[in-house]
Amino acid sequence: MADKEATATEEEPKVLTDLEKVGEPIVPRKKPNEIHPDELTGSIKIPKVQEGTAAGNKPYLCKSENMEKLGFPGDLREDWHDAAIAKMGDLLEKYKSLQVYMDICVKCGSCTDKCHYFIGTEDGKNMPVARAELFRKVYRKYFTTEGKILGKLAGAEKLDLELLGEWYSYFHQCSQCRRCSVFCPYGIDTAEISMAAREIMDHIGVGQKYTNDIIVKVHEVGNNLGMNPKALKATLESTEEDLEEETGKKIRLPLDEVGADVLMVTPSADFFASPHVESLLGYAKVFHQAGISWTFSSAASEAGNFGMFIGNYGQMQKVASRLTDAINEIKPKRLIVGECGHAWRIAYSFWNTLIGPFDSLDPNFKRPQHICEYTLDLVNRGAIKLDKSKNDHIIPTFHDSCNVARGARMGDKPGGQFTIPRDLIKASCNRYVEMDEETIMEKTFCCGGGGGLLTDDLLELRVKGAMPRMQAFSKVQESHGVNFLALICAICKAQFTKILPKYGVGMDVAGGVHQLVASAIDLGAKE
Amino acid sequence: MGSFDIDGKTYETDDDGYLVDLNEWNEDVGKYIAELEGVDLTEAHWEVINFLRNYYSEYNIAPAIKILIKEMKKMFGPEKGNSAYLYDLYPAGPALQACKIAGLPKPTGCV
Repeated sequence: MADKEATATEEEPKVLTDLEKVGEPIVPRKKPNEIHPDELTGSIKIPKVQEGTAAGNKPYLCKSENMEKLGFPGDLREDWHDAAIAKMGDLLEKYKSLQVYMDICVKCGSCTDKCHYFIGTEDGKNMPVARAELFRKVYRKYFTTEGKILGKLAGAEKLDLELLGEWYSYFHQCSQCRRCSVFCPYGIDTAEISMAAREIMDHIGVGQKYTNDIIVKVHEVGNNLGMNPKALKATLESTEEDLEEETGKKIRLPLDEVGADVLMVTPSADFFASPHVESLLGYAKVFHQAGISWTFSSAASEAGNFGMFIGNYGQMQKVASRLTDAINEIKPKRLIVGECGHAWRIAYSFWNTLIGPFDSLDPNFKRPQHICEYTLDLVNRGAIKLDKSKNDHIIPTFHDSCNVARGARMGDKPGGQFTIPRDLIKASCNRYVEMDEETIMEKTFCCGGGGGLLTDDLLELRVKGAMPRMQAFSKVQESHGVNFLALICAICKAQFTKILPKYGVGMDVAGGVHQLVASAIDLGAKE
Repeated sequence: MGSFDIDGKTYETDDDGYLVDLNEWNEDVGKYIAELEGVDLTEAHWEVINFLRNYYSEYNIAPAIKILIKEMKKMFGPEKGNSAYLYDLYPAGPALQACKIAGLPKPTGCV
């Protein structure tokens, strides 16, 4: 046996580099078995403010090799302080919104109890205003007259290694979900402040492993998952076999078919993970039954775009440009986006500026369209039929994804991003239950894993940040027997599948909206 | 980053204990990681590990869980080609735990 010879290499006490100091949690990260979620009572209690309870939450640092591949320094720059302040100046100049957010906060306190990470961790620095203050006090020191003269008296503070460590921790405890912004009387967007902070950190050599490794994978392999075209083709073929076995029909999952009417862009997790793949089966069945030609593309085998999470416009544009390649190659008439929250925000709100306009696409359709609006339109026109009774064992509720709810719209009417997924669920199921109104639609709580935090080194944060949603879910589970949490985001799906069991709820409760469509759709001959 | 030694040779792992260089893997490395994971390797475990390594060498990525299940079914029959059987062998999840023991990188993304 190997155990006789094997020993873990003894750790010598080592001197941390400045970069390691920034990345090292002030209190050690908890191991998975040391993380104890709150009991589910059905109510969301606002905690008393504690100090430093979330200070152990820091994600792993990105290694120099991948930092350099993204054009960032591989180590903390020697001139990091001056470079950080200069970058802050650039961002204040470039994004006037950021300048405004720095100046207009009146400390009214409306946002303090609105963040799921504050409610879950109880750490005062996770109150949105306190998180933003980490940025603002540096801003005051270098960019305001009173801060330059009065220093701490004016709430100004020098950016030193300790404060940089706090930035690294607390700006990676914001999922950029923008719930706080809904309640801010001035509309301050804390997500944008988090993005700016991460951009400054990357610029001086302090990057986060999870997000940056994934962006490198997109550039090198083509998607977040790192699934190359050969593996993607084999996976789709295998899934086609499954579909045929299940339905007895040749339902296709086409790849790179030039001239297809619809180019479908979806998160790569849909090809690979459960329950994501169940929605993929749903898309395929819908296209099959609608009788439209469609295809995935290996050039654009990822809808997600983590460039947004790190606040880096160049990366965001480079990731998005893969879609331009796909459109040029496939020459589709329409562009449809699968179930992915932040991807839909980018598709709806940013694609046009990043890589648009999509002049080659058919102007009679939205460019792009969300899969939920596409499917619901087919249902409403009678082009496909859903048999609700097939889902009679399911009592669903819908979790609005933050980036869809607060960062985009859907369909032709205001609020379409709320009504369209709900209407589609109701078209697929006889029953439907809504969670507490303070936790849905524009007030929805993040799943706890958004914004580039869906990584196991932040597991404690993810468990605690999911608490408000888990409480709201447990309430309808108790009162109405809800047994399905319907989702339209790959991150939400992965997060809940992992987190539900920690709260004592089965992981199969989480699933996609098109998973419900897939089980209800009538695949018979069309009249 | 971490590392462990077997027979005087040092093996580098990432922060989560996954082998950095999958070419360094051998059965002793698999056994060592399995022990850290609290998994007692039997013939049945090796069937999964060998499948994962073969798949990875062809496709440069671990198989989707559905493919793993289906291929196990084809090779060893329905009693081994199901999710419950795989979770029984690898309680922390076949995708994560079996990949780790097989020396493959941790699957990441929105999964």
